[in-house]
Amino acid sequence: MTTTQKPESGTHLPAPQAINGGEAVAYAMRQIDPEVVAAYPITPQTFIIEKFSEYVADGLVNSEYINVESEHAAMSACVGATAAGGRSQTATSGPGLALMYEMLWVASGMRLPIVMHLCSRSFSAPLNILCDHSDVMGMRESSWPMLIGSSPQEAYDQAVVMPTIAEHADVKLPVANVLDGFTVTHSVERVEVLPDEIAKEFVGEYEPEIWALQPGSTATFGTLDANDFYYEHKRQQVEAMNNALEVVRTQLNAIGEITGRPMNLVEGYLLDDAEVALVVLGSSEGMVRAAVDKARADGIKAGMLRIRLFRPFPVADVRKALDGIGAVGVLDRAIAFGTPGNGLLQDIATTTRSMSDRPLLMDFVYGLGGRATPKQLFRQAIDHVIEMNETRVEPDEPAYLGLK
Amino acid sequence: MDKRLPIEVRWHGRGGQGVVTASRILASAALKGGYYLQSLPDFGAERSGAPIAAYTRISETPPIDRGPVYEPDAVIVLDASLIGQVDVEAGLVPDGAMIVNTADPKSASLRRLKLLPEQQLWTVDASQIAVALIKRNIPNTPILGAFARSVPVLDIDTMSHALEELMSETFPPHIVEANLEALQLGHDRAQQMNVEVGTNV
Repeated sequence: MTTTQKPESGTHLPAPQAINGGEAVAYAMRQIDPEVVAAYPITPQTFIIEKFSEYVADGLVNSEYINVESEHAAMSACVGATAAGGRSQTATSGPGLALMYEMLWVASGMRLPIVMHLCSRSFSAPLNILCDHSDVMGMRESSWPMLIGSSPQEAYDQAVVMPTIAEHADVKLPVANVLDGFTVTHSVERVEVLPDEIAKEFVGEYEPEIWALQPGSTATFGTLDANDFYYEHKRQQVEAMNNALEVVRTQLNAIGEITGRPMNLVEGYLLDDAEVALVVLGSSEGMVRAAVDKARADGIKAGMLRIRLFRPFPVADVRKALDGIGAVGVLDRAIAFGTPGNGLLQDIATTTRSMSDRPLLMDFVYGLGGRATPKQLFRQAIDHVIEMNETRVEPDEPAYLGLK
Repeated sequence: MDKRLPIEVRWHGRGGQGVVTASRILASAALKGGYYLQSLPDFGAERSGAPIAAYTRISETPPIDRGPVYEPDAVIVLDASLIGQVDVEAGLVPDGAMIVNTADPKSASLRRLKLLPEQQLWTVDASQIAVALIKRNIPNTPILGAFARSVPVLDIDTMSHALEELMSETFPPHIVEANLEALQLGHDRAQQMNVEVGTNV
């Protein structure tokens, strides 16, 4: 449990930085100074690793930086480093995450508190380097707690808090800090940073209870586990994921106390008296808020819910936030081909099914492969949701916003 | 409240002209000026010589739009040959400013510009200044000077400090000095033209 105090007034605070989301994450990584950073460069994650390599070259960190031959190797290196008792981090995007897929499960199954910064990007083909959440959805069941920010500031704040979630005694799982490719990674904005000593104190030293190279009591990780105890180990992972939810809440509160920038598992906007609402992940939040403002000006009682903690899904918080709302539009930035509903819709539908007066749901696909997400798009979505609220008929098929 | 804010700027140029860097210097200057800011490249693949766009937003509240600028208050064109090829005028607000790098304000390229009567047209020979001082045709810093002159949200000193700080991280002092001089010259030599191109205001 961290007890870092808010900087006292008069404490010298670093000047706000004009940096992009990638550089903001690298700034936090410099402060955390993990023993090992292993990564393979890929757009739009590029800024994180470029900037961090500079820190290594300039001697500003003690980290061992391993420029590996693939993302599979990057995660393998992190697995090895963390099993050996060190802190490790990596960063990747879309196709890089896909190549890492096998090792995502190895990292979580071995209960290694690795931190990954995922700069969300579409999957090929056709070749596309821009943002959508195909990669986010691709790892959602791999037992990694996942936080999705909406701005370079949040990318930084979350980056500082991630190790404290991963390493918590009740969790011990790898964690992902998700920032939208380009819209956050490449957006230069004003970012308030913590003094190095405050960030370091908050994150603390990594003190694993068991590690592979521990003198006197060496341990083995990732051994053969056939039909004797594999099932029980997976059940333990369920416990760890369940525990992660309250740990995330506590740690977000703790960092929010220090920064003065509160962060919650879910972020609501004008939900109290809302009749309809949109649910969103990530950096489109701003334009959804703008669409809600426009709808309010048009006399529609609209609201917004952004899910920050995507895994473990904050069921109780979402139920509370959507209580009393008649109809909800769910914004999915990835297609789950052939399923009865896209990723976020599945989560919201499962979450709300037991509510006594559950909201009607409809799904919207938007922003695939970096397609523009102006506020008009979400204003249209609100109109569709209003219509559903009146007819009380839930469509089986999603609507495709902004499709040519 | 500053009535001139928020302001949205769209940059047009070609890969290699320093479009993204210029947008970033402007954003850093905005931070120095005490404002919220945003600078982002248009998300295409960057190739030398290809048309490039970037966006800068300056405001008194945190930005919420992380998409392209559709209705710019100012458009900056680093390569006049883009006029007519790229819709540089698109969405420019009715009293907005168009700032063009050109050696010849009466050129055929400039005559292709379609501006409204209340819009402002500013020109500067940023390439000439860059070649003379920086020894390379990277017209981004002189045109930033022209921007400071034509859209007086940030003064030239604030711009100068931001440029110096940002460039000093990567460039030797004589290059930083040349760019600071180019910024000032771009400011001094910017001239407002009649939107009926070719006549001075």
